[in-house]
Amino acid sequence: MSTQATVHQTKWWSGGKSPFNLEYGKLMMWYFLMSDAFTFGAFLISYGSIRFSQNYWPNPNVVFDSAPGIHGGAPLFFVSIMTFILIVSSVTMVLAVHEGHKGNRQGVIKWLAWTIVGGLAFLSCQAWEWHHLITGEHAVLVNGQVELWGQNMSHNPWGPVVEGVTYHGHHVTTPGPVAFGGYFFGITGFHGFHVFSGVIINIIMLVMAQKGVFDRRGHYLMIEKAGLYWHFVDLVWVFVFLCFYLI
Amino acid sequence: MSDAMSVHPEVVTTHDVHHDEHHVHHHKETFITKYVFSQDHKTIGKQFLITGIIWAIIGGLFSVLFRLQLGYPDQHFQILETVFGKWAEGGQIKPEFYYALVTMHGTVLVFFVLTAGLSGTFANILIPLQLGARDMASPFLNMLSYWFFFLASVIMLSSLFISTGPAASGWTVYPPLSALGQASEGSKLGMDMWLVSMAMFIVSSLLGGLNYISTILNMRTKGMSMTRMPLTIWAMFFTAVLGVLSFPVLLSGAILLLFDRNLGTSFYLSDIVVNGQILPNEGGSAILFQHLFWFLGHPEVYIILLPAMGMVSEILSVNSRKPIFGYMAMLGSLFAICILAFLVWAHHMFVTGLNPLLGSIFVLLTLLIAVPSAIKVFNWLTTLWRGNIRFTPATLFAIGFVSLFISGGLTGIFLGNSTIDIHLHDTMFVVAHFHIVMGVASFFGMLAGVYHWFPKMFGRYLNSTLGYIHFWVTIIGAYLIFWPMHYQGLAGMPRRYLDKSSWVSFTQFGELDKMITVVSIIVFAVQLMFVFNFFYSIFKGRKVTTQNPWGANTLEWTTPIRPGHGNWEGEIPEVHRWPYDYGKDGREFIPQTEPIGENESKH
Repeated sequence: MSTQATVHQTKWWSGGKSPFNLEYGKLMMWYFLMSDAFTFGAFLISYGSIRFSQNYWPNPNVVFDSAPGIHGGAPLFFVSIMTFILIVSSVTMVLAVHEGHKGNRQGVIKWLAWTIVGGLAFLSCQAWEWHHLITGEHAVLVNGQVELWGQNMSHNPWGPVVEGVTYHGHHVTTPGPVAFGGYFFGITGFHGFHVFSGVIINIIMLVMAQKGVFDRRGHYLMIEKAGLYWHFVDLVWVFVFLCFYLI
Repeated sequence: MSDAMSVHPEVVTTHDVHHDEHHVHHHKETFITKYVFSQDHKTIGKQFLITGIIWAIIGGLFSVLFRLQLGYPDQHFQILETVFGKWAEGGQIKPEFYYALVTMHGTVLVFFVLTAGLSGTFANILIPLQLGARDMASPFLNMLSYWFFFLASVIMLSSLFISTGPAASGWTVYPPLSALGQASEGSKLGMDMWLVSMAMFIVSSLLGGLNYISTILNMRTKGMSMTRMPLTIWAMFFTAVLGVLSFPVLLSGAILLLFDRNLGTSFYLSDIVVNGQILPNEGGSAILFQHLFWFLGHPEVYIILLPAMGMVSEILSVNSRKPIFGYMAMLGSLFAICILAFLVWAHHMFVTGLNPLLGSIFVLLTLLIAVPSAIKVFNWLTTLWRGNIRFTPATLFAIGFVSLFISGGLTGIFLGNSTIDIHLHDTMFVVAHFHIVMGVASFFGMLAGVYHWFPKMFGRYLNSTLGYIHFWVTIIGAYLIFWPMHYQGLAGMPRRYLDKSSWVSFTQFGELDKMITVVSIIVFAVQLMFVFNFFYSIFKGRKVTTQNPWGANTLEWTTPIRPGHGNWEGEIPEVHRWPYDYGKDGREFIPQTEPIGENESKH
């Protein structure tokens, strides 16, 4: 009880200590994440403003309907797996941080390794998805001719379907909004870059934990900071997922 | 329970213990670790300052040279060809190159001088010293912050020497001009270099800003509560918050612009014909870039102005030997400005076809800024009022800041009204307004800071006689240069035009333009004199012999005259009072380290 009483009298803001009882690096990480949130916010708001200024926008259930081995007919199936992987990697990160609190080096190493695996799996999925979109061939009616287009920065094959026309048994569409590709690759790419840097950070943490750096320091604060970043990257994905795949 | 609530031992003690150890057995310092890759906040601050001075000379020289052509549009100047070569063949600046010069002048002065050179310098030097900290929260990231700025500088400087010239679409780099290499020479490689340089600059500003914030929150010495901090520190704090939250948005905008330029995307481009060629881009919006740019661009002017405001508050109080008037009101105004800075960006875009209703909301929010600004001005004036003023060069520059802030602020009320702005937009009136209120005023704040803290930085004084000449020529010159531009703008003279002589209605301003040019040459020469004073005094200036030459209360004057890395020998002083106990109970000043006496009156 007595300790509690003194704690309540502690003047947190009067200097000589951290008012949030936080080590400076964690404070910096929080502010950095706020800053990064503004970067993503700017991207997503730009995307929203352009998307809603268009008369037509591709239907995500049509664009994202494939997975490795499945050619169409599985709307949002693959991206659900990706999302699941990323969320599970957040769970393993929580477990790593938890083991860090207990000072259990082996536990930290185990769960960090799983987090890295999760991050790499997500990146591999994203690489497949991009590759599939870019190299896909879709019949598009351009100036009265049918051309085979993939989805890239300057071409969008997901325009409105031309009624009554087929090409080798497939629908023929008109060109869709160009902005789609730019925003999709730009924003998911920027997020992927964050996942990639998160994986690098986690690998560094893993090596440091392996070498016993944190045991010598007596705390696993670095793991907590890496964890904050990793959770943030996951959280951003939830918004990216919402904006590109669900709406 | 106890684990969660007890004070984290690591948090409280590392800092002190760690650095005290450092102090006992000094690290071997080489020239490289002491002056080049130094992690000492004071050295990093000086690096920012000197880099800023070099940039200021470059940016200022550009303005003098293009002013030469503006004042005498039909004349040929050999010096222009000597300096600019093919860009000024026959001694006359080419119109495209004029735009490149204006762009570089703006970019260099706004970002490299008045952002990095001003808040980079003084946040670094003053935050740990005035808070009672050994160094920044992370000295290493702090060092990186400077070197990213250095990298940005190298890239921007290199862009001046490439064959297609530097970026030439204004410091605001609006697309489509900035996005299309075929549209102008300056939109070729120079523009890519501008964007990459700015990305590096944003990283630098982020690393610095995160450090400033966490240092101010975490590293205050015992007794230094938030409301005992000098106003300089509060100003630096809000500046850092503004930077951390607004620069990332510019980063997003710049990345999208880079994609539009190099990857064929259409973020900002739609329905464009260049040189008879129809571009395939469609669906983008050039206005979108303006929103992203000004979401940074407007907070940016406060990033420039707030540190100057903070330093002026401190310098005026110290040198009028009176407490700052309305400390809490000053603090509240800084906070209000910080919030409003994020809510007014579209007042730069009244003529883009902005919805008039939305425009009127931005007018309201813009005019609201007049309230905290006026509070600050009145507080500065009442601080001076009946003070025992010591007119040091620093004081004069601080008073000059207040004068310029009033003059430039009042014209902001004109421009903040969307109806009047339709007439004034993109005229010389705007140029006059922002140069006075943001450019010259912040420069005055910065110079006041240099004169005031030079003894702390280098252990010597700047020459005061040169300082007085510097002040009087600069303030008179600044008004002579920028005041007449208001009249030109009201008459409708557009900005960014090299030669206006084909308009009969502007011929009346011909002589005025000549006068402005002559004055700007004189003012520039006097700045060079200051630069001479600065470098001469570092080595040969009068030596500081007392620890506290200005009789100031703040902690930086309790350090040794030439403090080493770690700032204080022995214990860090404890703070017992606010920093503005001047002229209290019959004493001229009472340092913050002095405990409150038994019979002391309240401030």
